[in-house]
Amino acid sequence: MRAFVTVIGKDRVGIIAAVCTLLAEKKVNILDISQTILHDSFTMIMLVDAAGCEISFETLSAELSSLGDSLDLNIRIQREEIFNAMHRI
Amino acid sequence: MINKGEILQTIEMIDQQHLDVRTITMGISLRDCCHPDINICSEKVYDKICRLAGNLVKTGEQISSEFGIPIVNKRVSVTPISIVAESCEAEDYLPLAKALDKAAKTVGVDFIGGYSALVHKGCTKGDARLIRSIPEALSETDLVCSSVNIGTTRAGINMNAVREMGTIIRRTAELSDGFACGKLVVFCNAVEDNPFMAGAFHGVGEPECEINVGVSGPGVVSEALKYCKGQPLDVVAETIKKTAFHITRVGQLVAQEASRRLDVPFGIVDLSLAPTPAIGDSVADILEEIGLSSVGASGTTAALAMLNDAVKKGGVMASSNVGGLSGAFIPVSEDAGMIRAAMAGNLSLEKLEAMTCVCSVGLDMIAIPGDTSADIISGIIADEAAIGMVNNKTTAVRIIPAIGKTVGDIIDFGGLLGRAPVMPVNTCSPALMIARGGRIPAPLHSLKN
Repeated sequence: MRAFVTVIGKDRVGIIAAVCTLLAEKKVNILDISQTILHDSFTMIMLVDAAGCEISFETLSAELSSLGDSLDLNIRIQREEIFNAMHRI
Repeated sequence: MINKGEILQTIEMIDQQHLDVRTITMGISLRDCCHPDINICSEKVYDKICRLAGNLVKTGEQISSEFGIPIVNKRVSVTPISIVAESCEAEDYLPLAKALDKAAKTVGVDFIGGYSALVHKGCTKGDARLIRSIPEALSETDLVCSSVNIGTTRAGINMNAVREMGTIIRRTAELSDGFACGKLVVFCNAVEDNPFMAGAFHGVGEPECEINVGVSGPGVVSEALKYCKGQPLDVVAETIKKTAFHITRVGQLVAQEASRRLDVPFGIVDLSLAPTPAIGDSVADILEEIGLSSVGASGTTAALAMLNDAVKKGGVMASSNVGGLSGAFIPVSEDAGMIRAAMAGNLSLEKLEAMTCVCSVGLDMIAIPGDTSADIISGIIADEAAIGMVNNKTTAVRIIPAIGKTVGDIIDFGGLLGRAPVMPVNTCSPALMIARGGRIPAPLHSLKN
């Protein structure tokens, strides 16, 4: 199951490391990463494959969200289909 | 491959512009639950709803979490209870309302609709009993919604039912300080697959069970219009169409997923732009973004007609099956911009009536003075039904006599139902006309002028 992880917020040291560590621990494979500073805010988008993930998608989503809270960032994971549905015919 | 801009646009729509799926509504046929003993009938109703909708809320929450899209309500609609209860020997259908309420609470849905009767041509014994029981049914339950269809384009308007519904709405208000009237709607040309409350019921032409989804997103439309300031109205219409397409695609995805996971056929996506009282989630804001200083100004009806049409044109292509009410909703209490306009005196009941000629549904969530007579309420229903009947569209009245309150006071429903300023009503009496009863014949379908 492919999904997009988006990380948006104030830039600081170690954001990518923290997110990648959590994903690696849960056996989520990162397929693509793009990261930029957009309107003064750190914006990272990762395409991931959660097929091998050891926990449920809801739990993974909750853990990413609470990691975001601890780093003062907005972190979410959404299945790829919602973006395809909205932007592709 | 989806690009970064598209991903961020989707997230912005959800986070800042209130894009959501308003409801996943499971329609359930209760036609196999009839029984002469109302207690056995109630048990069968309760058991069937719990059996079919048991996983609805959990599935909705899973879909919401996986796709990152809020699904605000999970609801159930059922066969009009007047049909299910017709063969019961009991005079009072209150036990069935309580069974619906209990089932809704057990499965965890937000509302259950279908405490309904379709009486556009006349009442059966069961219809009459159900209508009589509405005030108690709505004031003694929490989640049950009721609707009565009193007219159609093909049958005309049942003025006896119109007369009775004026009294029923008043009685419902008296038993609940007005609050239960938010769960009661009187229709002309009711649709069978509407997922929105209070008017949802599972029509007799529908399958055993199905999933209908109602989308929302007025905030997304008004945000998109900020990028075409000063442009001609055809550019505005085109922008609304494109935005409605995006919104509806999300609804279609959610509907298909819910249908697959629950193993229940997908019915329809309802394209309605449904506002909430939250700031930035308002249909009135869209009309004001088009260029009105306040909703209610001259030009409001024209702007709304365009909005309603563009939403349908954009949405129809985004979904394989479109149905329900599909259009722009204008409930006063549920829309921050409508509340603002009504409180400032810029929006009258008469203007709202004109607006209902060109948009989805009708006079919706409007608080009127608590001393408004049943005859006047019936007159309002008759006018609105006539608009629906002649224009071949659904119209409805969900009006709240605010008991003990008068013009300028506020009635606060809380949650999605919002708060409404009590609006002035023309106090001239239609009593003699309403007392006549009978039927208004169906209109001619030729010689259109």
